Amino acid sequence: MLFTSYGFIFFLCVVIGLYYIIPKQFQWKLLLVSSFVFYYFSGWSNLIYISVTIVSTYFVGLKLDSLDRQQNLYLKENKEVLSREDKKAYKEKIKARRWRWLLLCLFFNLGILAVIKYTNFVIANINSIFTLFKLNELSFVNLLLPMGISFYTFQTMGYIIDVYRGKYGAEKNIGKLALFVSFFPQLIQGPISRYDDLSLSLYKEHNFDPKGFSFGFQRVLWGYFKKLVIADRIVIAVLEITKNPETYDGIFVLVGMVFYAIQLYADFTGGIDITIGIAQMLGIKVKENFNRPYFSKSIVEYWRRWHITMGTWFKDYIFYPLSVCKPMLNISKSSRKRFGEQIGKRVPVYLSTITVWFTTGIWHGSSWNFIVWGLLNGFVILVSQEFEPLYAKFHQKFNVRNTFGFRLFQVIRTFLLMSSLRILDCYRDVGISFRMFGSMFTKLNINELFTGSLLKLGLDISDYVVLLIGVIILISLSLVQRSGSVREKISGKPVIIRYTVFVLLFFSIIIFGAYGIGFDSNQFIYNQF
Amino acid sequence: MEALLEILGELHPEIDFETHKSLIDDKILDSFDIITIIAEINDEYDVAIPAHEITPENFNSASALYELIERLKDED
Repeated sequence: MLFTSYGFIFFLCVVIGLYYIIPKQFQWKLLLVSSFVFYYFSGWSNLIYISVTIVSTYFVGLKLDSLDRQQNLYLKENKEVLSREDKKAYKEKIKARRWRWLLLCLFFNLGILAVIKYTNFVIANINSIFTLFKLNELSFVNLLLPMGISFYTFQTMGYIIDVYRGKYGAEKNIGKLALFVSFFPQLIQGPISRYDDLSLSLYKEHNFDPKGFSFGFQRVLWGYFKKLVIADRIVIAVLEITKNPETYDGIFVLVGMVFYAIQLYADFTGGIDITIGIAQMLGIKVKENFNRPYFSKSIVEYWRRWHITMGTWFKDYIFYPLSVCKPMLNISKSSRKRFGEQIGKRVPVYLSTITVWFTTGIWHGSSWNFIVWGLLNGFVILVSQEFEPLYAKFHQKFNVRNTFGFRLFQVIRTFLLMSSLRILDCYRDVGISFRMFGSMFTKLNINELFTGSLLKLGLDISDYVVLLIGVIILISLSLVQRSGSVREKISGKPVIIRYTVFVLLFFSIIIFGAYGIGFDSNQFIYNQF
Repeated sequence: MEALLEILGELHPEIDFETHKSLIDDKILDSFDIITIIAEINDEYDVAIPAHEITPENFNSASALYELIERLKDED
């Protein structure tokens, strides 16, 4: 069930209506049932996958808790008789058992994700080696990727690792855990929530709050505006350019790159606005996933502001654990002895960064273009880290750091850099992507844009006008947002202005939303992950 | 504490680590710095800082970081 379908709008009205009518102690149960109904519509077999993940995570969570309790009880009861060494040995024994349970849970759930998502990718790579040696190729398997599996698997992994680390106790009620994993607004495209963040408001009884409801509704509308008016309109031109690389090279690659940046932003942030808005209408607080990322002044800052919950997930559960684990510390020590202080101390940082960006790439899709995209992101981050002393010298010499011109230069540079990397995402083929990137420099002919060719990309002048106005609104709101919530600001205005804004937004979606022939309402880009 | 201040000082000589209390909040220490610090602490104090202890509270100041080292030593 797509967020943009009429079915979903109907479903949402029913859920919200019931949510505030039924006794409050049943509210979370209604959300659980609704989430499963919602997921059922994306394929009944998906329910099996998610249920297996929920049940396995639930039982391992309880097991981790019970081992923890067993340890505390044993140490308390034998406090007087155990020596320090005995206590340490017992703790190590329990720790090892808990570690094995954690690994079992992680491998099991990651295994499901890996088999479904990556089997055909592995087969394709094996086949290309087989072809070299003229061996018979393996046949592909027919596995459908359940929507949102990467999101909910990561969410449950985060939960079980936190229980293992003792950050919080395991959830005793399997229904509540199931709701945390399957909460429908965020099930298919995130954000990747943390249990301790989301559970606070997810299971609470909620009274109808007119302000929260109205703010949530406004945010949902804003999300639909971004998705239907901007993303689903500009995607036509993006596809026309990227599906025909032989026709559209040179300047058109640059146009496609910028258009795709707009499409991806409007699509993904629009989807997240709908998610967070729906949750807010239900009184539930979901973490923000974006913080005006296109205003970032460096790629590191960009990744702190784009898809925030994914970035922090990778940092907390892969980057740091890998960087500070014993083998890595040993590698660091030995490489410092071998290659000297300067190179040696970089080894763990480099290894962890490469691993994280390889994983980020493959998380986005099981193909080489995503892996290369991820690794290039890591490469740029490491290179800019190495250039840090050079930047410092530059800023010492030229006092431009805080000037508007220099900040603008940094923002444009970061935008173009990130957009260039995303070419790999657009063309979905490493060779073509690099060729097209190169053509921007070798075949750049700006005059081509003024021969009416932009009107042959599937969009007419009125579409470009709508897009231009849409993008101006996007940028203006982002600028206004820097000094606080836009909705708070609007709510402080007289009633007539408030309702005018509201009605304008609503009707602009109805009138300018990309529907009808040629404008098939598209799946959200991040649904496929 | 002196050894710790030396480790931190090598990374960011421009910062007064004895007085600064918001190293993470002010984005002075980034994740690369944190990894380097942990590796150096492991060398200097023979203490392994686990990933879940990498929190702003533990890394916002040299004194908080020193308290963490002491606590981990005791737990050991």
